[in-house]
Amino acid sequence: MSILVDKNTRVICQGITGKAGAFHTAQCIQYGAHFVGGVAPGKGGGRSEHGLPVFNSCHEAVRATGADATMIFVPAPGAADAAMEAADAGIRLVVLITEGIPTLDMVKARKFLDDRGTKLIGPNCPGIITPGQCKIGIMPGYIHLPAGDAKAKGKAVGLISRSGTLTYEAVWQCSTRGIAQTTCAGIGGDPVKGLNFIELLEMFQNDAATDGIIMIGEIGGTDEEAAAAYVKQHVRKPVAAFIAGQTAPPGKRMGHAGAIISGGEGTAASKIEALKSAGIHVASSPADMGATMAKALGMGA
Amino acid sequence: MKVHEFQARQLLQQAGVPVPPFEVINKPEQAAAAFAKLAAAQSCATETPVAQPPSALKNVAQPPSAVKSVAQPPSALKNVAQPPSALKNVAQPPSAVKSVAQPPSAVDFSVVVKAQVHAGGRGKAGYVVLCKTAAEAEQHCRRMFDKPMVSKQTGPEGVRVRHILLAPAVNIAKEYYVGVVVDRARRTPCVMVSREGGVEIEEVAAKNPDAIVKEWLHPHLGLQDFQVRRLVSALGLAGDQAKTAARTLQVLARLFIEKDCSLAEINPLVQTDGGEILAIDAKFNFDDNALFRHAEIEALFDPSEENPNEIRAKKANLSYIALDGNIGCLVNGAGLAMSTMDIIKLHGGQPANFLDVGGSVTKEGAIEAFRIILSDEKVNGVLVNIFGGIAKCDVIAEALIAAAKEVGFRAPVVVRLEGTNVEKAREMLKAAAIPQLIPAADLTDAAKKVCAAV
Repeated sequence: MSILVDKNTRVICQGITGKAGAFHTAQCIQYGAHFVGGVAPGKGGGRSEHGLPVFNSCHEAVRATGADATMIFVPAPGAADAAMEAADAGIRLVVLITEGIPTLDMVKARKFLDDRGTKLIGPNCPGIITPGQCKIGIMPGYIHLPAGDAKAKGKAVGLISRSGTLTYEAVWQCSTRGIAQTTCAGIGGDPVKGLNFIELLEMFQNDAATDGIIMIGEIGGTDEEAAAAYVKQHVRKPVAAFIAGQTAPPGKRMGHAGAIISGGEGTAASKIEALKSAGIHVASSPADMGATMAKALGMGA
Repeated sequence: MKVHEFQARQLLQQAGVPVPPFEVINKPEQAAAAFAKLAAAQSCATETPVAQPPSALKNVAQPPSAVKSVAQPPSALKNVAQPPSALKNVAQPPSAVKSVAQPPSAVDFSVVVKAQVHAGGRGKAGYVVLCKTAAEAEQHCRRMFDKPMVSKQTGPEGVRVRHILLAPAVNIAKEYYVGVVVDRARRTPCVMVSREGGVEIEEVAAKNPDAIVKEWLHPHLGLQDFQVRRLVSALGLAGDQAKTAARTLQVLARLFIEKDCSLAEINPLVQTDGGEILAIDAKFNFDDNALFRHAEIEALFDPSEENPNEIRAKKANLSYIALDGNIGCLVNGAGLAMSTMDIIKLHGGQPANFLDVGGSVTKEGAIEAFRIILSDEKVNGVLVNIFGGIAKCDVIAEALIAAAKEVGFRAPVVVRLEGTNVEKAREMLKAAAIPQLIPAADLTDAAKKVCAAV
């Protein structure tokens, strides 16, 4: 079992003829993901270097292939538009890898997707992977451990993260300990994004194969505080967490906005306190994320 | 991207928000003339409030010299939506001028002299002063230009002042806060107003959150009139003042969207004791990711306000922030870069910087990263922490070997590599046998080794 994506997910890549789009489509196919086509406006009609049909629009692609998920590598100025096109074509899940999208573009796109019931992962994220079944994104596949793999020691976790490479770090620490992963979702580091901690926590809570959940947050905003409150009320599985940026200088990265709205929240300290008071196991070092999860699962450090 | 207060005032003024007249100078010798010009404008406005033709008024609100004397070309602001003519009607209705309570005779006319730097804490540092004479203004300007401003936000070396704003002091009856930011939780811009203006809004939010009233923009339709009415009534304004405040809020929300702001605030928006509504201080921050479609905003960028290494890093597509410690960091990914700083501190060290080389890092980019890190004299050890995803470990290894030759490692470099092409990278580094290089097995090992090495 898993959430959002599995071996039956039919994926297209928007921006398949670009360098990054082509490279990562190849990587995903190699991992075993079921890619059925690509979109490149003005370049449709032929085949991609992977032998996939290339379409001029998402609507054509969906009609011809029955795709239900998309991986977007369109450059930032057109990325929000690409997401809206996918939603309009009836795509169920949009995975938006592109970084550097203007915030107000995402404000508009998110509302557009919500109105059509399309789920969004990202932007500015590594994507989503159900190990052994489907990889939609740029994460290195080999670091993951599928549930049921010979090296797995019986427990599997779900992973939700605002950071890319820090996710790989956490996954690696789990895999090397024999903790498998059901699904790992990188929700991205942008202020306005798609699925957030709470929606994914709910999915993992309802996924029978997921034994525990790791959430990786960072400074800025109040998503982690909201997630902590949700965990306290609704999540009955062990949750481990790490917050990046405990030593980051204030004001440099998070700026004014988050703090104004929330009245002083948004610091690592406030997030860690909220998480701990919700009974979440917080790793104090980024090197201890796997060990903290193992302990919470009763596997011993 | 941040802009200066005078640039924010110009944006507001050109969009039709009433802003008191002001002058901007970049040499102390210009202070006396600026003072005289403001004094003349004020007495002219008071003596002939009704008879004055609208065109004269326009000159008062925005003397051409104010634009001319600014370093930045006037064309930079040309694209602002509203034609200057709109200004006449809103900026300073003759009736409001007439009712100014205190006639600014030569005796009690005074000018606020404000250093134009991004850092806060100007008032406490003595870089915002009230001056009654031209000589006094010149003296203070000279001091501000000569001596870097040191405040809580600047660090001990301070920041050099390159522009000073002069504006006539107004008699303030009430101060309000109005601002727009993106509310992450609701995923849309939010207009905030408060009757407690003139202080940091964060302070109000912490002490008295109920004093802040908010309305959220519809993501597609923007701010509606009924929302503006609610905000204005929350400020307790009626009549002409309510109209001016409403217009100010609409303009602010429109500018926020049109210019891709991340913050647009007027603090304080004041009511003078004559009943005028005026924007006294303003702050605009812009979304860096949207600058590609706002050449007129990008032109306002002041490189002298930034750390030179941060600018250099930006050019090489690196994200770099200078810090106070002695351990340089080279990491891929913002979250991992922050965590690397965290783990260095956890093991007793002090990070010298935040540096994210990004996913699509090239050999040249990584070499430039080493140059930047090692150009910081405080650095006496470096931690390279790469978890290859899109970034490939062998590219980093290649850059390490090249940097050792081209830049030269004057300090120990602890290297922790994992992820895409890691085996190849390890072999390359082993073969290169760089003497300053210390390999590490994992994150904790790397942090311990670099802390021990410095």
